[in-house]
Amino acid sequence: MKFTLSWLKDHLDTTASLDEIVETLTRIGLEVEGVEDKAKTLAPYTIAYVIAAEQHPNADRLRVCMVDTGAGKPIQVVCGAPNARTGMKSVFAPPGTYIPGKNITLGIGTIRGVESAGMLCSGSELEISDDHDGIIELPEDAPVGKAYAAYAGLDDPVIEINLTPNRPDCTSIHGIARDLAAAGLGTLKADAVPAVQGRGACPVSVTLDFVPGDEKLCPVFALRLVRGVKNGPSPEWMQRRLLSIGLRPINALVDITNYVTFDRGRPLHVFDLKKVKGNLTVRRAKAGEEVLALDGRTYALDSGTVVIADESGVESIAGIMGGEHSGSDEGTTDVLIESALWDPLNIAQTGRKHGIITDARYRFERGIDPAFTLPGLDLATQMVIDLCGGEPSEAVVAGQVPDTSRVIAFPWSEVPRLSGLDVRPAESEEILRKLGFKVEGSGERVNVTPPSWRPDIEGKADLVEEVIRIAGVDRIEPQPLARLEAAVAKPILTLIQKRTRLARRALAVRGLVEAVTWSFISKGEAELFGGGDPRLSLANPIAAELSDMRPSLLPGLLKAAQRNADRGFGDVALFEVGQTFASDEPEGQSIKAAAVRRGTARAEGVGRHWDGGAESVDAFDAKADVLALLAALGIPAGGLQIVSGGPAWFHPGRSGTLQFGPRNVVGAFGEVHPKILKALDLKGPLVAFELDLNALVPPKAKPTKMRPRLGLPDFQPLTRDFAFVVGRDVAAGDIVKAAQGAERQLIVGVDVFDVYEGTGIDPDKKSVAIAVTLQPTEKTLTDVEIEAVSSKIVAEVAKKTGAVLRS
Amino acid sequence: MTDLNQLERDLLSQVEAAGDEAALEAVRVSALGKKGSVSELLKTLGSMTPEERKERGPLINGLRDKVQTAIAAKKETLAEAALEARLAAERIDVTLPVPEAPEARGRIHPISQVIEELTAIFADMGFSVAEGPDIETDYLNFTALNFPEGHPAREMHDTFFLAPDEKGERKVLRTHTSPVQVRTMTSKAPPIRVIIPGRTYRHDSDQTHTPMFHQVEGLVIDKSANIAHMKWILEEFCKAFFEVDQVKMRFRPSFFPFTEPSAEVDIQCSRKGGEIRFGEGSDWLEILGCGMVHPNVLRNCGLDPDEYQGFAWGMGIDRIAMLKYGMPDLRPFFEADVRWLNHYGFRPLDIPSLVSGLTA
Repeated sequence: MKFTLSWLKDHLDTTASLDEIVETLTRIGLEVEGVEDKAKTLAPYTIAYVIAAEQHPNADRLRVCMVDTGAGKPIQVVCGAPNARTGMKSVFAPPGTYIPGKNITLGIGTIRGVESAGMLCSGSELEISDDHDGIIELPEDAPVGKAYAAYAGLDDPVIEINLTPNRPDCTSIHGIARDLAAAGLGTLKADAVPAVQGRGACPVSVTLDFVPGDEKLCPVFALRLVRGVKNGPSPEWMQRRLLSIGLRPINALVDITNYVTFDRGRPLHVFDLKKVKGNLTVRRAKAGEEVLALDGRTYALDSGTVVIADESGVESIAGIMGGEHSGSDEGTTDVLIESALWDPLNIAQTGRKHGIITDARYRFERGIDPAFTLPGLDLATQMVIDLCGGEPSEAVVAGQVPDTSRVIAFPWSEVPRLSGLDVRPAESEEILRKLGFKVEGSGERVNVTPPSWRPDIEGKADLVEEVIRIAGVDRIEPQPLARLEAAVAKPILTLIQKRTRLARRALAVRGLVEAVTWSFISKGEAELFGGGDPRLSLANPIAAELSDMRPSLLPGLLKAAQRNADRGFGDVALFEVGQTFASDEPEGQSIKAAAVRRGTARAEGVGRHWDGGAESVDAFDAKADVLALLAALGIPAGGLQIVSGGPAWFHPGRSGTLQFGPRNVVGAFGEVHPKILKALDLKGPLVAFELDLNALVPPKAKPTKMRPRLGLPDFQPLTRDFAFVVGRDVAAGDIVKAAQGAERQLIVGVDVFDVYEGTGIDPDKKSVAIAVTLQPTEKTLTDVEIEAVSSKIVAEVAKKTGAVLRS
Repeated sequence: MTDLNQLERDLLSQVEAAGDEAALEAVRVSALGKKGSVSELLKTLGSMTPEERKERGPLINGLRDKVQTAIAAKKETLAEAALEARLAAERIDVTLPVPEAPEARGRIHPISQVIEELTAIFADMGFSVAEGPDIETDYLNFTALNFPEGHPAREMHDTFFLAPDEKGERKVLRTHTSPVQVRTMTSKAPPIRVIIPGRTYRHDSDQTHTPMFHQVEGLVIDKSANIAHMKWILEEFCKAFFEVDQVKMRFRPSFFPFTEPSAEVDIQCSRKGGEIRFGEGSDWLEILGCGMVHPNVLRNCGLDPDEYQGFAWGMGIDRIAMLKYGMPDLRPFFEADVRWLNHYGFRPLDIPSLVSGLTA
C-alpha cells in the first residue's frame, strides 16, 4: 500500500515530521517498507537554461553547452542528448551528484578533450520516467536555479507500507490516518460524505441473479448514471498523486475510481452507458463465456467467477477487473458508476485462478467496509460532477448493505491479563474510540462494537491487540518467567532425541561429514530404495526430481557424494541423521542414520599416504561405521546378528543385514549395488549403511544406577590359536559362534586373526584362524585340561561348520 | 704382595680396556671364572695356615671386590655407550605426516548444531523439546490453527499436498512447526513449556527460499503467561544465542492467524563489511514472529481461553544460523557440498552447552 505525505495530510491534521510518521506507522503495526523522498534524493537537481549549445569539436554526437544554473557564471557541460539545443530549459546536476538511473556519482570530467562540469539529465537518469531519448525539456517559464523536484511536484514523499492481510481498513489512506490519529499523531479530519441528490431514476436496472445460498457473492450492488459528463485528462494534482503511487493516469472518470480506491479503500467501476446494452445482471459466469478485460487479455470464465453482464454478455469480472468493451474513454458522455460489495473468498479464488492482481481485488479479498458502499458511490459521483460536470440520477441499489455489527463484552482487565501492561481503562477506551469502536457501559466490563471497517475484530484478544499496539508494545516491560519448580532442572530429551544427537557426534567422530538433504526425492529413486507408495507422492512437487517422500536417506547421500566427486572431491564420507517415510501416518515416519563413503574415504585415513594407504572403501568400512554407531548408542552387541545379504540396493554378496532376530531388522550395510550405481549415474567405489534409530529397543529401566559387581578372577587368561579349513561359503561368524559355544564357562573371547585362500588350500575351501581366550576362574588350568577344552572347540567347530583343523 | 698388586693392576687395566660387553665378559671369566686368576687365588686360602689366611685373606678378597666393582662399573658404561649408539642410529623423520584424524575430518551440520544450541538455552529456562510428523493433516496444519477456509496458504502454490485419500482428504507437508503446538496442547495438560524444532516445507524456491527449511517454535501455556513474559524469554534467548551481553529488540504489531495479539520482532544490529553484530548499530533485522495463542486455537485444543493463556513464537533455524555464523545464502545448506560443510560445519566434539559456552 503506497501513499504520499500530502495525500495523508488530506485526512490527518498533523504537525508530525515525516520521520515521526514513519516511525509511528511501524510501531503500530503498519510496517513501513520504504520511503521515497524525492525532495531529498533529487535535492542537487536544479532548473537550468541552455545559453548555447554548439557542436563538440571532436565528436559528431556530442554538444558543448553553456548552461546558466542561476548560480553565477555559466557552466560548460558536454551533452550527448539529441534534443540539447540553445535556448531550452532542462534539469542540471552539478559534480558530486548521485545519478540514480546510472548508479554513478558525477565528477568533473573531460569528454573527448572538452571539460564538462555537470550534466543535463533525462527522466530515466532521475528515475522519474522511462524517457531516455533526451534530456528533460521544461517550459520557458520554469524558474532557473530552483530545485527541480519541488518545481515538478516530485517533493511529496511516497510511503509504502507492508500491510498485513487482516487490515482492509488500511488499504485506504483515510484508514491509515485514523490509526495515526489514534496513536496521537494528529487529528483525523471529518470523513462524512454528503449525500448526492440525484434527479430521476437510473435508466439501467440491476438484477442480482443468484440461486439461494449464493447471495453472499454480492450482497449489494449500487449504480448511478451521470449524464452529460465531459471526460478528458484528470487535473494535474490528481495525476501527480496517482503517478506518485505508481498508477498511470487514464482519464478523469477512471482516475476518479482509482483515486477513491486509495483514498477511501473503496474500489469502483465505471461503464460507458452508450456501450451497455440493456440492463445489468450480476451472476456466476457460464461455462464457455469469456471477456476481454481492461488489461487487454481475454479470460475464459467458469461458474466460479462472478460477472456483471448486460444483454450482449459479460462486461466485467466482478470486483477484479472491468471489461474493455464497456469501459469509459474520452468520448464518454454518460457514465454509470458502480459501487458493489463482493465475497472476499470468491474474489481471492477468482483472482488467483485467473492470475489477475488489481487494486480492486487487493481490497475486496481482504473485506472492505460494507457501510461505505453508498457513501463511496456518492463520493465518486460528486468528484465526477466536480471534475467532469454532468447530472446525476438517483442510485439504483440491488440487494442490501449487510449488517455486520456485533458486540463484544470486554472486561478492561483483559488488557493486563494478556499483555502484562497495566493500561488504565480510560486510556484503553480512548484508543478504542479513536479507532472507531463504540464503547458502551462503564465499570469493569463494557460492551464494545467494532466499526464496520474492521472485519478482523472477533473477540477480546483482538481488542487487547488494538489497545496495546496503539499504546505501544514497547511500553511492556519484560518480566521473567519463573521456573515451574524451584529445583534442579530435570533431563528433557526423549530417547530418540538423545539417540539422534549422539548418532551425529558418533558418526562425525569417524570422519564423516553431516549433510542435510531433501526429504523428497524422485519417484524412480524412491522405488529403487523400497518406496514409491502413491500415498507418499506429492500432488504438486516443486520439481519432478523432488516428488516423493524419501523411504531412505541413501539416495540423497549417494547423489550428494557423486556431486562432490563431479566437482573434484571424489573421496567423500557423508552422513545424515533424519526422517524417512514408510507411510503418511505419524508412525510411518522414523529417524534413520545413514552414511556413505566413496573412493578412499576410510575412517583410518583418506587418499594416498607414504606409509601405504589409498585403499578403496569396502563393505567393512561401512560395517565398522554402523557397529561404532551402535556401540556409541550403548546398544548391547550381545543379541546383534549380522546376516549375509541386504536389501536390493546393496551388492548381494557384499552386504549384511543387522538384526536382533529375524523380526527385528534394524539396518544394513555393504557395497552399493552396481545396478543402483547405473540407475543413479554414480561411480564407485561406494559403500553405505543405514540404521533405523526408532527400531532399536530402548534400554531396560533399572531401579538404580549401580553397575554389576566387578568380579576379577585371580588367574591369568590364556590364549590358544586354531587354524581351520572350511568350505568357502562357511561364515566366519559361525566358526566364532561354534567356538564360543564349546565351553561357555571358560571361553571369554574368540577372534579371527587370519583368513586365507590360495596355494596349499583346496580351491573350494579356505583357512580361518581363530584365537580363543580362556579365563579360568577356579584354579590354574593343567595342560590336560587345556587339551580337553581345545578338543571340545575343534569338535564343536567341526560339528557346526564341517571344519577340519589345518595340518 | 707384589704379585697381588701386579695382578690387580693388570686386571683393572684389562677391564678398562674392554671395548664391548664380550671383551668385558672375557676379562671377568679370566679373573673371576672357575679357573680365573682371582678364583685360583681364592682357592689357595683353604690350604693356608690361619695366620697366612688372616694376612692373605683380606688382600685376596679385596682384590676380588675391586675387580668385581670395576667390571660392574665398566658394564654400565658400556651399556650406556651401546644405548647411545643405538639411539643415534634409530632416527625417524618426524615431519612425515600421519593420516588426518577422523575427529579432524568429521563435521556437524550447522542446522544440527544450532538446534543443540537452542535446546541448551531453552532447557535452562525449563522447556522441553516436542516433535511431530512432517506429513500433517490439513486440520492440524491449518484449521486447528485458525486459518480460515480459502486462506492463500492453503493453496497449491504455497503448500505441498499429498495425493487425496479415499475420502478426498489430502494431507500436507507441514508448512510450519505450529501443528505440534496443537498436538502438544491436546496431549498434555498445562502448564506447557516446549520448543518444537523441525523440518518445514513450502512451495517456494528462489534465491532466498528453499522448498524445505527448518523452524523452531516455542509454546508456553499456563494461567498467567503474558506478553511481558514472552518479551523476557525472547530477549534472554537472543542474548544467549548470539552470545552478547545486550540486545535491543523491537516488537512490531503484526498478524498471524494463530496468535492474537501478534508481533514481529526485529533485532538491532550493525552491518560492517558484511559482518552482522548484535547489540549495536542502527539497523533492524527481522528474526521472529510471536504472539499470544489465539483464543480459537486454545478452544480447538480443548482449553478455555478465559482460564488458560499463553504465547508462542516461531523462527527460522536456517535463518538464525545464517545471522549468527554468516552464511550468505540459504540454498547451500541442502546441497551437501563438502567444501561448504567443511567451512561452516562444526567439529565433532564442539558440543554446545551453557556450562562451557555455546561455541568453542
